[in-house]
Amino acid sequence: MLGYATRRLLALIPTLLAASLLVFLFVHLIPGDPAAVLLGDTATPEEVEALTREMGLNAPLYLQYLYWLGNVLQGDLGTSIFFGAPVLSVIADGAETSILLAVMTMVWIVILGVPIGVVSATRHGTWVDQVASGGAMLFASVPTFWLGLYLILIFSVSLGWLPSSGYPSISDDGGLANLRYLLLPSFTLAAPNAALIIRLVRASMLDVQREDHVRTARAKGLAPWKVATKHVFRNALIAVAAAFGFTFAALVSEAVVTETVFSLPGIGRLVVQSILRRDYPVIQGVILIIVVLYMVINLLVDLAYAWLDPRVSLK
Amino acid sequence: MTQSNPPLLDVRGLSLSVATGDGLMPVVRDMSFSLNASETLGIVGESGCGKSLTSLAIMGLLEGTPVRVTAGEILFQGRDLLTLPPRERRRIMGNEMSMIFQEPMTSLNPVYRIGDQIVETIREHQPMSKSAARTRAVELLRMVRIPDPEGRIDSYPHQLSGGMRQRVMIAMALAGSPRLLIADEPTTALDVTVQAQILKLIADLQSETGMGIILISHDLGVIAETCDRIAVMYRGRVVESAETRDLFATMRHPYTRGLLDSIPEPDEDVDRLPTIPGRVPGLDERVDGCAFNPRCARASAVCREEDPGETAFGGGHAARCHHPLEPDA
Amino acid sequence: MTPNATIQWFATGRRIFRGRWLATLGLAWLVLVVLAAVFAPLIVPFDPLEIDPVARLTEPGAAHFFGTDHFGRDTFSRSIYGARMAIVIGLGSVLVALLVGGLTGMISAYFTRLGAFLMRVVDVLMAFPALLLALVLMTLLERSVMNTVLVIGIVYATTTARILFGMTLKLKNEVFIDAAVCSGAGHASILFRHILPNLISPLLVQASFIFAFAQLQAAALDFLGLGLPPEVPSWGNMLSESRIYVTRAPWLLLFPGALIILSVFSMNLVGDALRDSIDPRFKNDIKGV
Repeated sequence: MLGYATRRLLALIPTLLAASLLVFLFVHLIPGDPAAVLLGDTATPEEVEALTREMGLNAPLYLQYLYWLGNVLQGDLGTSIFFGAPVLSVIADGAETSILLAVMTMVWIVILGVPIGVVSATRHGTWVDQVASGGAMLFASVPTFWLGLYLILIFSVSLGWLPSSGYPSISDDGGLANLRYLLLPSFTLAAPNAALIIRLVRASMLDVQREDHVRTARAKGLAPWKVATKHVFRNALIAVAAAFGFTFAALVSEAVVTETVFSLPGIGRLVVQSILRRDYPVIQGVILIIVVLYMVINLLVDLAYAWLDPRVSLK
Repeated sequence: MTQSNPPLLDVRGLSLSVATGDGLMPVVRDMSFSLNASETLGIVGESGCGKSLTSLAIMGLLEGTPVRVTAGEILFQGRDLLTLPPRERRRIMGNEMSMIFQEPMTSLNPVYRIGDQIVETIREHQPMSKSAARTRAVELLRMVRIPDPEGRIDSYPHQLSGGMRQRVMIAMALAGSPRLLIADEPTTALDVTVQAQILKLIADLQSETGMGIILISHDLGVIAETCDRIAVMYRGRVVESAETRDLFATMRHPYTRGLLDSIPEPDEDVDRLPTIPGRVPGLDERVDGCAFNPRCARASAVCREEDPGETAFGGGHAARCHHPLEPDA
Repeated sequence: MTPNATIQWFATGRRIFRGRWLATLGLAWLVLVVLAAVFAPLIVPFDPLEIDPVARLTEPGAAHFFGTDHFGRDTFSRSIYGARMAIVIGLGSVLVALLVGGLTGMISAYFTRLGAFLMRVVDVLMAFPALLLALVLMTLLERSVMNTVLVIGIVYATTTARILFGMTLKLKNEVFIDAAVCSGAGHASILFRHILPNLISPLLVQASFIFAFAQLQAAALDFLGLGLPPEVPSWGNMLSESRIYVTRAPWLLLFPGALIILSVFSMNLVGDALRDSIDPRFKNDIKGV
């Protein structure tokens, strides 16, 4: 298992380097002088000159890349034009919101997606299944921001139960109770993804149900719920785990929208605002971090896959 | 044969139908047979004749398939399995009655160690600690002659060969000391040498435990070697049944004859094996009269009009044929 | 189309949609959307761009079926024209994704050396979550219909390339391809005359899912202010603009939203029905909803 993990980690490095090259080139693809782009519209020619020298922007592109990569590896992602602060600290400010939002979203996905998927598969063909899988497809067809806006209309405006926007840190006044600010956003973010998980759990359980070893399990005299959990669901989990990287990517994309709808001070909204503010160093930094994170998640998914399916680790 | 106490298994008038878009289509019609302890019944026939469905019906595994029992009784040790509540029925499954399947490669759950799968069966039916069940599992693996059972018990199915997996399946089937073992094509997917070993193992285990066995196969050769009695099925019907010796001495049904003729003789040099002409008609195709008549050389007008009833020839030998073969002179 | 081909198409359609009343309804809805898009100028009671300060935020009624927005523009008329944008975005993205991604995938599977490189590029692009990749590309480009289509198409070209790569590999090892090689067929002939025809129906399924996803991505881009130019009457833009008026004019959220949901849902249903009818070998290659 350890050997497998190491091999997978090593295989990641070329992709990571290539992705970082793309992120680096991003600034050069923007029309105009890179130094001027990085400094923003208000920069004086002297400042542009200074940054050009500092970043070695007159040097060949590959040297620039190596220089930039060296900085990144030391944790220096550049300076935000808008905030005038290091990019890394700007991103760190949004981390709490985004991480807590992600965790709460995952909780929603698991408590909604898995049980409904299992019930849908075990009641295959009945009206319960039709409502569950049809409903899941309907939810997967809803634009995230539209759902968010409607939830605000219902739960914040009409009923007044939950706050509609913002999020004070749990280290501020209110403590953990501040998590209520994330209830609607996390549900919004979870809905389409839970829908995907429902469809996935259902489909893979139906696949497993047809396999011979499930007939063996029934021939043992096991009760239906034991067959469904220990044999069908356990094996279906392999396919579900494999798709979790996919879910993460969808989550990141939709978090950008959700954080904007609920005005949450997270990394997703930071991306959008930075794009609108033309704060390229921040955009570059966030993208790089998300890409690295996404690859790490995919690696973990692969490891989970190997752990769930004993046939894999042999390869 | 004396019938003082009820047979181990008594199937009476069993009929199965498959639910299709156009209603119920009969797949097994009016099947009856009985089996005593220590006895082996072979059910033989081409694929699609209903032999596997019959075994699934006896075992109680039709749930989840579109096949339903439409008539008949399955008496196991005097109790009708078809009227038992599901919980009672499951108490018998894997315990007093167990089954092994055709596909040893896929019949074990790939994500669990074989030991855990055997232990699961043991503990489902007997109150036993995990370690005691594990000891019992090792014992079962030894019974089915798996070398180094203590070492192999922690293997995953994909680490074993097909023959080994079938032995594991048998060990699992023996976990509850069954009175009846149903073996559905247990050797079809295996190499010829392994086939013989598995059949011998099953026969040996039978003489040790005295269980009754139903062996299902499309291969009359396999059946002939191992069974006391044989039932030949064609298109959902038992067309001939007899003691093995009687059957091979005097075949009454032309279909049985055809099956036997299509087995190659090892010491005979033949250019061409005789085959039964034609093919088994699909379930949705209607055949009037005897189901075999379109492929039968002896078919006459009556065969095309009237379904033959059962004719008894003495000694428990019976066949459904208007023109049964005469014993060889 | 000859009468015979028409009959054949009709028969195939019947086979796919038989007993699937929900998918059939979905298909009917999509036909309606296409008709609305084509005949938009004949249907609309108002000019979708016409500003009427007197009728600002009018509730739905006899004059304005879907009410009006903060400029007094007729929401119904804008919704009908929005169908045009939906079709343009959907078909455009599908075209770009299938052309770029499809070719990349097929060529990569066929010419293994070049393919190894191309698929690495695809891998790297797939390391960027979809909407994020679209956002980054949009920052480099002007807001326009063309660019939105290109960007969404490129994002889905990556998954399409992956899928086509896998399916072409499967076909490449089939006996009939060997036969074609033996009979002296050239590379192009094998790729386009022997392999491609077998992939048409799975491609159609993939296209239907891209069409559905493209609607959601385009709407998200519009909402973030990075999609179509603000003056274009698309469903996404309508929702984006109505955001600050939702408490006073909830209908501005309801109608365009319902149109997006119904259209995406319908396309997903149709895609699902199509997927169940294709070659089982390819069924698991295509991930829909």
